[in-house]
Amino acid sequence: MDWFKILIDAGRAAAGVPAAAYALSSIGLNLQFGYTGLLNFGHVAFMLVGAYGAALTVEFGGSLWLGIPIGILASLVLGILLGIPTLRLRADYLAIVTIAAGEIIRLVVRSSWADPLTNSVFGVQTFANEFYALNPLPEGLYGIGTFRFDEQRFWVILVAWALVALATLLIWRLTTSPWGRVVRAIREDEDAARSLGKNVFGYKLQSLMIGGAMGAMAGIVLAVDQQNVTPDSYQPLLTFYAFAIVILGGAGTLWGPIIGSVIFWFLFEGMAGFMTGAVAEGWFGSAIESVDIGPIRFVLLGIGLMWLMAFRPQGIFGSREEMLVDDS
Amino acid sequence: MTPEQNSLLRVPHEPGTPKPDPLLVVSGLMRSFGGLVAVDVDHLEIQRGTITSLIGPNGAGKTTLFNLLTGFDKPQHGEWHLDGGRLVGIPAFRVARKGMVRTFQLTKSLARLTVMENMLVAAQDQVGESFWGSLLGHWRSIEAKNTATATAALERFGLAHMADEYAGSLSGGQRKLLEMARALLVEPDVVMLDEPTAGVNPALTQSLLEHIKALRDDGLTVVFIEHDMDVVQEISDWVVCMAQGRVIAEGPPGVVARNPEVIDAYLGAQHGRVD
Ligand SMILES: Nc1ncnc2c1ncn2[C@@H]1O[C@H](COP(=O)(O)OP(=O)(O)O)[C@@H](O)[C@H]1O
Ligand SMILES: [Mg+2]
Repeated sequence: MDWFKILIDAGRAAAGVPAAAYALSSIGLNLQFGYTGLLNFGHVAFMLVGAYGAALTVEFGGSLWLGIPIGILASLVLGILLGIPTLRLRADYLAIVTIAAGEIIRLVVRSSWADPLTNSVFGVQTFANEFYALNPLPEGLYGIGTFRFDEQRFWVILVAWALVALATLLIWRLTTSPWGRVVRAIREDEDAARSLGKNVFGYKLQSLMIGGAMGAMAGIVLAVDQQNVTPDSYQPLLTFYAFAIVILGGAGTLWGPIIGSVIFWFLFEGMAGFMTGAVAEGWFGSAIESVDIGPIRFVLLGIGLMWLMAFRPQGIFGSREEMLVDDS
Repeated sequence: MTPEQNSLLRVPHEPGTPKPDPLLVVSGLMRSFGGLVAVDVDHLEIQRGTITSLIGPNGAGKTTLFNLLTGFDKPQHGEWHLDGGRLVGIPAFRVARKGMVRTFQLTKSLARLTVMENMLVAAQDQVGESFWGSLLGHWRSIEAKNTATATAALERFGLAHMADEYAGSLSGGQRKLLEMARALLVEPDVVMLDEPTAGVNPALTQSLLEHIKALRDDGLTVVFIEHDMDVVQEISDWVVCMAQGRVIAEGPPGVVARNPEVIDAYLGAQHGRVD
């Protein structure tokens, strides 16, 4: 088995577009879940809306530079539409509505009825040429040894991590400010926040919208990287990845989503490479074949998360002391 | 004795009696849960600048009345005014901003915020609490001023040494104190305290009562739900007794304590508990 290649491939995911895009997405989810206590189980809907907003604008003759703001705007509108009916109710209502909304939006986008607008299951391709045309990098390979990316991919990676840095800066400013203190107060006890004159609904809506816009930006990054959007790439699983990353890194921490995403993608890709190699060399005989690798990866991911919740529920960056606080 | 306290001397001792200078006026307030009438108050006035104790057996509707007045619950019908302003249908956070702040019977400390953060979140003038204000506003100077105010308040309540601890690590009594100190930092006109002394040790209770009196002398109006009759006797300028949702007696503490209906209500409630 080529251990070196497995490591390189895992590192490629951990340094590349998947980790950066999911860091961005998870930064948004972390604002909602980690800081504000909102259970947004439909984060993927924000990613979809962002990506489609950008892609469809180009498809209908607009510029990508118009499409990106349209995608973001669409995610803000989605935040309002999901938030207004649910954020005044108990926390679980948001969870139910968002998980349903994610699936409804995906199913509508892929339906033949929406085909004139969305191209249904076929989606939209090659809409990001304007982005690649701006690439200042000369043709060539960037990196060390076999750990290299071509100039197109490297350009996406640079921009994606720059966006992660910007989003982190924004979250840092917000969460270390009095605004951040109010949303954490809301996470702890809404009624207490209300009794102190805080417009709880308004803060929750802001948090949902800001986090959702970051999800949309992540969706755009992934779509631009692939030059492709199709409805079926927006499965509920993507929301689950983001939650896994937030919990792994430490909910309600600044660096958690970034480090969480890097580790998540390293392990996730590394596991795939290892399993593929092991199956090819017949380590498991006929018990595990190559078609089983995908499902087994998810089983291991689930076990990993369970282990984490049992032994380090605060994640990598969270404080154990905070986790053990009696919040009755 | 303040003029406000003094003016209560001429007020008749009967339920719903008008006060010379009421801050809070309630009329025809009704809240039922299914068939159970939890609150049914014909008329109630709270005199400005005094300490009014709200007493009554368990289940009398005291907490529900607080919930209604502060916008945490909605009545089937009724009217209430704070300093002449109608409060019907106003959401809880606006009621607080209008100057009526309540605490909770089941303490609501913000467990994973520090004690100091619990205090600072009560400030009303922090521009950094708005989204744009947090990014662009000059909130640090306000923060420094509020931290000084909060530190002084924590010292008064004997919590200053805990300022950097998580509120969740405080004892039950300390949480009660924190919740009250926090409510006062909102700088309300009237503070509604739901059993503030429950679970607080006697020495602290005493200093808490002294503190409430001092606030009253500075002009704050205090309504508080209390079970300990000794405390009620010591601190109240006026006592309102509820039973089964209704105000059954009003008057100075000594008078209400001897009121046969009040004694009956408490004894009746005890009978109720027996069977
Ligand atoms: N949310 C609710 N749902 C149903 N019944 C309630 C609710 N809140 C209070 N009650 C009932 O209303 C009555 C008054 O309760 P409460 O105001 O808590 O009394 P107190 O504070 O005087 O002990 C009680 O019988 C209680 O069971
Ligand atoms: Mg009560």
